Amino acid sequence: MSILTASSVTKRFGGLVAVNSYDFEIEQGQIVSIIGPNGAGKTTFFNCVTGFYQADEGKMLFNDVLLNGRSPDKITKLGIARTYQNIRLFPAMTAIENILVGEHPRLKTFWAEAVVQTKRYKAEEAAAEEEANRLLQYVGLAGLGDQISRNLPYGAQRRLELARALASKPSLLLLDEPTAGMNPQESAEMMHFIQDLRDDLGITILLIEHDMRVVMGISEYISVLDFGTKIAEGTAAEIQSNPRVIEAYLGRGAASGLSKQPTAAAG
Amino acid sequence: MEKNTHFDWRLAVRYGLLAGVVSLSVSVIGMVDLFAQRDLIAGVLTLGQVILFLAPVGLSYVIAGKQPGGKNGYARIAGLITSLVASLPLVILVILATSFDLRQFFPNVSPALMDTLTFGQGVIPGIFILMIVMGLLGLLSAGMSLLPDRYRKPILSGILWTLVVGMFSEILTERLRSFFGVGISRVVFSGEALRPITALVLFTIVTLLSAAWYRRGEAIKERIADSPTIQSRPFRWGAFAAVGIIFLLLPFLLGTYLSEVANNVLIFAIMGFGLNIVVGFAGLLDLGYVAFFAIGAYMMALLTSDADQGIAGMSFWLAIPICVAIAIMAGIILGIPVLRMRGDYLAIVTLAFGEIIRILVLSDLLKPFIGGAQGILKIPKPTIVGVGLIRPDQFYYVVLLGCIFAAFISWRLSGARLGRQWMAMREDEDVAEAMGINLVSTKLLAFAIGAGFSGLAGAIFASKLTSIFPHSFSLMISINVLCMIIVGGIGSLPGVIIGSLALVGLPELLREFQEFRLLMYGILLIVMMLARPEGLWPSAVRKRELLAYQETGPTANAKAVESEA
Repeated sequence: MSILTASSVTKRFGGLVAVNSYDFEIEQGQIVSIIGPNGAGKTTFFNCVTGFYQADEGKMLFNDVLLNGRSPDKITKLGIARTYQNIRLFPAMTAIENILVGEHPRLKTFWAEAVVQTKRYKAEEAAAEEEANRLLQYVGLAGLGDQISRNLPYGAQRRLELARALASKPSLLLLDEPTAGMNPQESAEMMHFIQDLRDDLGITILLIEHDMRVVMGISEYISVLDFGTKIAEGTAAEIQSNPRVIEAYLGRGAASGLSKQPTAAAG
Repeated sequence: MEKNTHFDWRLAVRYGLLAGVVSLSVSVIGMVDLFAQRDLIAGVLTLGQVILFLAPVGLSYVIAGKQPGGKNGYARIAGLITSLVASLPLVILVILATSFDLRQFFPNVSPALMDTLTFGQGVIPGIFILMIVMGLLGLLSAGMSLLPDRYRKPILSGILWTLVVGMFSEILTERLRSFFGVGISRVVFSGEALRPITALVLFTIVTLLSAAWYRRGEAIKERIADSPTIQSRPFRWGAFAAVGIIFLLLPFLLGTYLSEVANNVLIFAIMGFGLNIVVGFAGLLDLGYVAFFAIGAYMMALLTSDADQGIAGMSFWLAIPICVAIAIMAGIILGIPVLRMRGDYLAIVTLAFGEIIRILVLSDLLKPFIGGAQGILKIPKPTIVGVGLIRPDQFYYVVLLGCIFAAFISWRLSGARLGRQWMAMREDEDVAEAMGINLVSTKLLAFAIGAGFSGLAGAIFASKLTSIFPHSFSLMISINVLCMIIVGGIGSLPGVIIGSLALVGLPELLREFQEFRLLMYGILLIVMMLARPEGLWPSAVRKRELLAYQETGPTANAKAVESEA
């Protein structure tokens, strides 16, 4: 069953077509990657799905619920969580507080209950805190709960952002370049972690990634964007041998094998 | 200077000029003259002299600390140079003032000022005395900064306490008299200043006490570091109880006049708690905060007044929830149109809202209902079981109740889910929304609760004054409350009280400051931003934010990771 279906999604910024009539589908429990050169429109698509941008055309369905026109908070409450390309934690809040904010959609008490400290409120806060600590441990940051998130080392910040996203108990997790800025070993760890997420928790994972080792290693399906248009999709093996993908990444000359000095990447 | 040294005489001269210009300005604008009327230590020191010498002494102290390590001689010379250079502008002022008629341009350059500058010894000897005194003070303060901590800190606190007691001797005299009769206050104070001998005794006592405290403090700090969790809980409740009892008994200690000051401090603190939620927690810069204060006050007036404008003749207690409710509604009404605004735009719109309310209140349109510039009179004070809370020391309890109410709600919310929502919104609005936080309701709640507190403060204010006028609700109130929470520490609850004490209490106690209120605010804010950007009593969060880069680094974290693993 497909958990997220996007049909002919288009997003324009003035004259620039960032995402052009993009069709996309992800099955329950899959790990799917969207790849493409810089500026291909991958993050724009993420932003459309999560409600930061409103798609100009097309339809996005999440578990048969229409996402178009919904605000980010409502979409999160439906069960979609995300991380960001450049880490966006709440920098002055502690690690635990960050995760507690992530748990927000699951907490039910009314604010006035906090003032009079009802039993329900106390129980809920205690449970939330326990869950936050559990998540912290799950991502390997046990004991760092009281650290201000900005002070954490880079890798820990990435993992904390993941924990925050997991805190809302999403069924679909969007990861925007989760291994950016990591060394090969850290990338490999992250890759296994993502796989565990799917295997242990059954979370469907959609990721944007540049590290081809990661992409090819864990993706069951890959969708390739270039200049906002889908140019290919398929399994890792299919994508690797697809001439249009190679062309998008390395330039036309390299793809046809005519040039001896291929340009590094296309626009 | 000699070669092969790092002695930086240019810096000393520059600091000296800076200090000199400051001293010159406070003289020329009339601060020294006005403050000279307040004796701190009878016949020895006036507040004017303190203001005059503050910058040179302070900068001598700073520059002595900047000299290369361990070279005491250089530090003293630098201090001397700074203070001597600082005296030059004053010397020039004295010479010019005796040769020309400067009062045409600077009306404050009066003979009295000349007397202060020359110590009443005539021009020529006076100039030399001034330079010698300045130089000596510079040397002394440079010497001070060289002392090791265990001597320096006690001496500094001795000096500070003596100055503070001297500054408030007028009030302290009155208090001592009412408790112990004239006798003791005669011994300690002469007129409205400390006697030199008691000043000396006070200085010695405070210095010795704080030296002892400093010694013990080190030991205690070590002990606390060893067992951080065990003592904290009962200790906290003990502290709570102590603070509570002090607050309850305060009017008996303070007497009528000081209770009135305390009432003002607490009324502003109630507003401070509200604005602290809006600005400190939620990060929404609201410059029209006085509007809700005005709405609360006018509602109280309309509902309870015996004058023509009064519509309901309610009692204070019945009216107050209605005032708060109306203010909350006003908060929401303001909140809705500004939901999409951030930062500067929000500040401008709220600023305009504050002005709209003030102008409406003044307008002819509403004059038949709320009295226009004549205001509303005959607002009754509250009564409890038939006893009127008329005097300030009685009314204090009403204000205290309101303040506790606001503080309690702020405190509970700050640690709750709503508090986290506000903080997340302040840190990153987009991500907060992506975390499932409904920005509309979160912002409106911040505006509503903030407005409610402000309305509460306004209602109490109206009842306290028993009459209200539009001019009480100027933009200055908003600015004042904002400065208050900045000085106290944004987002910090104790900081609100501290800020209110500093910016509402102090100016009332030191009447002279009233005239220079704005100047003082400016100076205070600049000094705060330089020296203590996190505020006098910062919240844990804000402290973290501003000290983040200095204190804990990756190494600390790495250690933590290792110890966990």
